[in-house]
Amino acid sequence: MKGEIYRISGPVVTIQGINTRMYDVVKIGHERLMGEVIGIEGDRSIVQVYEETAGIRPGEPVENTGMPLSVQLGPGLLESIYDGIQRPLPLLRDKMGDFIERGVMADGLDQEKLWEFKSTAKAGDAISGGDVIGTVQETINVEHRIMVPPNVSGTIDEIKDGKFKVVDTICTLTNGTELQMMQKWPVRMPRPVSKKLTPDTPLVTGQRILDGLFPVAKGGTAAIPGPFGSGKTVTQQQLAKWSDTEIVVYIGCGERGNEMADVLTEFPELEDPKTGRPLMERTVLIANTSNMPVAAREASVYTGITIAEYYRDMGYDVSLMADSTSRWAEAMREISSRLEEMPGEEGYPAYLSARLSEFYERAGRVESLAGLNGSITIIGAVSPPGGDFSEPVTQNTLRIVKVFWALDAKLAQRRHFPSINWLSSYSLYTKGLADWYNDNVSPEWVKLRDNAMDMLQQEAELQEIVQLVGSDALPPDQQLTLEITRMIREIFLQQNAFHPVDTFCPMDRQYKLLETIQKFADKANAALESGVTMQDIVKLESKDELGKVRFDEDFEGALKKVIDKMEDEFDSLKSEDYAATATAKEAEQID
Amino acid sequence: MTKEYKTITEISGPLIFLEKTEPVSYGELVNINLPDGSTKRGQVLDTSHDKVVVQVFEGTGGLNRESGVRFTGETIKLAVSSDMLGRILSGSGDPLDGGPRIIPEDRLDINGAAINPYSRLPPEDFIQTGISTIDGTNTLVRGQKLPIFSGSGLPHNEIALQIARQAKVPGSEEDFAVVFAAMGITNEEAQYFMADFERTGALERAVVFLNLANDPAVERLITPRMALTAAEYLAYEHDMHVLVILTDITNYCEALRQMGAAREEVPGRRGYPGYMYTDLASLYERAGVVKGRKGSVTQFSILSMPGDDITHPIPDLSGYITEGQIVISRELHMKGIYPPVNVLPSLSRLMNSGIGEGHTRDDHKAVSDQMYAAYAEGKDLRGLVAIVGKDALSDRDKKLLEFADMFEDRFVRQGLEEDRDIETTLTIGWEMLAELPESMLTRIDNKFIEKYHPAHKK
Ligand SMILES: Nc1ncnc2c1ncn2[C@@H]1O[C@H](COP(=O)(O)OP(=O)(O)O)[C@@H](O)[C@H]1O
Ligand SMILES: [Mg+2]
Repeated sequence: MKGEIYRISGPVVTIQGINTRMYDVVKIGHERLMGEVIGIEGDRSIVQVYEETAGIRPGEPVENTGMPLSVQLGPGLLESIYDGIQRPLPLLRDKMGDFIERGVMADGLDQEKLWEFKSTAKAGDAISGGDVIGTVQETINVEHRIMVPPNVSGTIDEIKDGKFKVVDTICTLTNGTELQMMQKWPVRMPRPVSKKLTPDTPLVTGQRILDGLFPVAKGGTAAIPGPFGSGKTVTQQQLAKWSDTEIVVYIGCGERGNEMADVLTEFPELEDPKTGRPLMERTVLIANTSNMPVAAREASVYTGITIAEYYRDMGYDVSLMADSTSRWAEAMREISSRLEEMPGEEGYPAYLSARLSEFYERAGRVESLAGLNGSITIIGAVSPPGGDFSEPVTQNTLRIVKVFWALDAKLAQRRHFPSINWLSSYSLYTKGLADWYNDNVSPEWVKLRDNAMDMLQQEAELQEIVQLVGSDALPPDQQLTLEITRMIREIFLQQNAFHPVDTFCPMDRQYKLLETIQKFADKANAALESGVTMQDIVKLESKDELGKVRFDEDFEGALKKVIDKMEDEFDSLKSEDYAATATAKEAEQID
Repeated sequence: MTKEYKTITEISGPLIFLEKTEPVSYGELVNINLPDGSTKRGQVLDTSHDKVVVQVFEGTGGLNRESGVRFTGETIKLAVSSDMLGRILSGSGDPLDGGPRIIPEDRLDINGAAINPYSRLPPEDFIQTGISTIDGTNTLVRGQKLPIFSGSGLPHNEIALQIARQAKVPGSEEDFAVVFAAMGITNEEAQYFMADFERTGALERAVVFLNLANDPAVERLITPRMALTAAEYLAYEHDMHVLVILTDITNYCEALRQMGAAREEVPGRRGYPGYMYTDLASLYERAGVVKGRKGSVTQFSILSMPGDDITHPIPDLSGYITEGQIVISRELHMKGIYPPVNVLPSLSRLMNSGIGEGHTRDDHKAVSDQMYAAYAEGKDLRGLVAIVGKDALSDRDKKLLEFADMFEDRFVRQGLEEDRDIETTLTIGWEMLAELPESMLTRIDNKFIEKYHPAHKK
């Protein structure tokens, strides 16, 4: 059955004379542009079109594919870069050159490439949705587990081994069902799992302020709101590079083309610290930049999360970065206003909050249908207009996510990076992860961390006084607090994403840095009590040298040198009575 | 000739509504014949079997229901040619300089098409502008979009012109061009630009599009698209490195708002359309370098912040799209400092790929970071000094306070014609940093201190 176009208004096209269901994919006009039904009014359906609509006329033909918007899932996803509707960008370049034209269809997966399939199930096995029936080595370190699609079950009649295309039948069931390596899944529908589990392991990111103060759990959700230039994208990229995750899905949603080009040139060259293989081999990129069609931007987030779920179902820890969820929300707003829907707050549709929570709800640590444990961690950037966090997207997101990394323009302006505000950020996972830090980092960790946080709080209060009277008017112990918190800020919290060593800081180094600052603080406190002046403490060279240890390739060596120097310097400060009180203090601590 | 329709049912602001046409395509160009014999042009914004909505670029003044409307069947195109260099065109691309029509080598859709992100080459060629606050601390690279955020009465035009005069890629002799598009600026301002282009001979290498304050506001929506189409053509078909100066983005956005209001759209923040981000992106993202092509498009546009407010939707949405911003400060301007660039809120996001060994110098990043940190702290302390007096400051703070003054006086301040090379800029940086105790240089690796610090350098 063919219908026709009735009206065109930007990316929204009204069609008539054809039956549709919500979310059916339709082909619009002579050029067969891809669109999706997003509303039905009487005889007419409203379609959002994923490509430019200039030049299309009322009366042109329309065809319904009868299928919802779906992605192709199977070997070949890794190392790909897609637009918002899973068209591979390299393929689009081959077909239409350097500039994106329209009307080109492209499969998400290469339909010709041969993959070595090794069966792990055998004839006679009873199988059901999610079961792994074989494997393909997708990249050197990632084994792609070929799973039975969620809605299929039966008994294996025949299963093959060898080289196949993703569309070849590799397994036949006694009921006649044929299975291929590739399966399709509608993006707007979450893939089923058997149950959700409580996240109990941190996503270790190698970023000190995140792992140290505000960790996100594997399977958790985090938001990074911040004004422009505060570090959302760099933070997301740092997470994509250095987290101890097995698969990364990175969605550039309505952001800059050059940023995606950057990822594309960098990731194949950077090594995954765990496997030593290029980062690209564990990454899927989705790039629907700000100047690409808005409807495809809306879809990009769903395309990304569905791919993430697919790897989760294989039992992998997946992290998904969406930069920026605000652009996704704005795409919803643009479409909604073309539909002349009743606007909610700031023109966003009333369903904004529902869409956001449905999306973050697709994160989690789960037991798959086949009983495998996998997780999806979602990290969403938020771009509040004017940097004002009271706006609807930030507020609705904060109601859902468990970790809030608040970026602060003030910090960014003084080049304190990552410019995550340590006073307003929080992680609701801190308690739940305490055991992990105890077992894997040090039993001292939680205490060190709490102490650092405590001092930073004190600093904020002291700063208010300093603003009125100047720092020289403070008593020495408070001056010392300010000196120590400066160390915490400059040595521990600041981290240069562009420094070859500092960019990634493993957990044990994080611990040692914090421990050494604490050691300095303890010694300095004792020295003060014994009558040493602040002037003398401020002058200690070990304090400044500790600040440079994090840049040293030989971290251990550099740290040891600084600690030795620190001991020497404090020793030489020691006056007679200082020695006495210090020993007394230490004795107390041992008790 | 296509059919003429006299079926206008309604005229509202810059929009006309028509009935009973043949199917008209979305976005197509429309010619309108007025009863007095004059003609106007417009573009289809909404089309259905029953109704067509057209936005009229020259405004609807003089239009009535007897006006005849012809649909051209194609989107708006610009006639392009390498002969455009040296020409002055109107905001709709017609010659204003009395010269002949451009003989087209090609006719291109002014909306362009998005560069496939996979085809982009990350920009990394350092452009030396000769201005320390840009080269030293907010480096511009080829293919970047880096606007000036300014305010009324501030010397953004001087700065833009100084950059247009001085910008070069050290060691390269490649073809370059300037595309200048005025959107709603005064005739006087436009003349200021033209005079400088003529004085320096830059006009020969420039294409100028002029939509002035008294030209129709709707035309502003196509002027930058024409300019960018010309720029892309020169860059990607004629291998030129093109610097595009669009001024003033704020006037463009006002025109956009006016159109939205005429269409009775639900307004977004402060009355600007909800799609303004996407619309601005369709301009700004037309900068870059494409793999396998020699030329590049760099944008250095001017945007005046209404009320000097950087959180206003126009600078705000721009900042979210551009690769940084150079922020002009009224405070520095009042202090008599030129160019009054406030480096703290300024940013070049592509700086990291354009500096360092092989681009500028190995210590560049460290020097820049250290200056930022010291200046930010020193500037904060000024507020404190006003309350508690200088004597209440620690020695460290006193040093920082002095640094902030020195930074503005020696690093920021320079002459209108002063063209500092990057070595000079970095040397000034080191001379200032050397006034701080070495222990305060926590952002600089020891190896750079040994190599460049005036106290160590042999
Ligand atoms: N961790 C970091 N280390 C060093 N520089 C950073 C860091 N985070 C951000 N930056 C700097 O800030 C700039 C803006 O960061 P970006 O992530 O692009 O901001 P946003 O996405 O919030 O607009 C970057 O170009 C970089 O110069
Ligand atoms: Mg960003």
